Amino acid sequence: MKTITVRYFAMFREHAGVAEETLSLNAATAKDVFEFTRDRHGSTEPNGHCKVAINDHMADWDTAVSDGDTVLLFPPVAGG
Amino acid sequence: MGIPSCCFRRLRVDDVIEVTDSVIDTAALQRSLKNPAAGGYCAFEGWVRNENEGHVVERLEYEAYEPLVIVEGEKVLAEARELFPFLEARCVHRVGLLELGECAVWIGVASAHRDEAFKACRHIIDEIKVRLPIWKKEHYANGDSGWVNCERCAAHGIAD
Repeated sequence: MKTITVRYFAMFREHAGVAEETLSLNAATAKDVFEFTRDRHGSTEPNGHCKVAINDHMADWDTAVSDGDTVLLFPPVAGG
Repeated sequence: MGIPSCCFRRLRVDDVIEVTDSVIDTAALQRSLKNPAAGGYCAFEGWVRNENEGHVVERLEYEAYEPLVIVEGEKVLAEARELFPFLEARCVHRVGLLELGECAVWIGVASAHRDEAFKACRHIIDEIKVRLPIWKKEHYANGDSGWVNCERCAAHGIAD
């Protein structure tokens, strides 16, 4: 089990009802964290259009997560 | 012995990209691009429009994760400078609740010749829209609201 802090933005924050939470989970990659939280909060958003950052660095879905990491989940962006 | 040309490059003190919750002062931004070597500049202003995909939009709400907007935005500007060498560029993105007609994003590029300014400006706005952690929520006339590219993406079955 790893302790991971997850931060949610925009639609993800509204689905989760919290901006941030610390979870204990079995996760090897950022995608595992995404899927865990998606199931936890009943979201149906596919990860394909979403982005992820780990400890304030943009990451890929197959980037490994470590105990104590902060994972930032970004729903599809729409700047401009 | 000559001074290397790199020494003439002006040191930059202002952030080239920023996020603000205040009205964007486009005139001040234009002035900030002044450079004696510039033959002109191009700007793009993104405005709040009154409809999107058939929905009457009353206002927009922008949210940004500023630390990574700055990091990714600086990469976008550096890439644009490589592709279309310009003299000065700045970008400001607004966050918070915006009314119709307000400026949500401003990009300005000054260059020696117009081609670089037009092309860099276009490149920067195109990249900003798809890369920076910024989200837009539309508030509709019927009281509903929705995050752009999110619910509709899922509703329309756009798969990953």
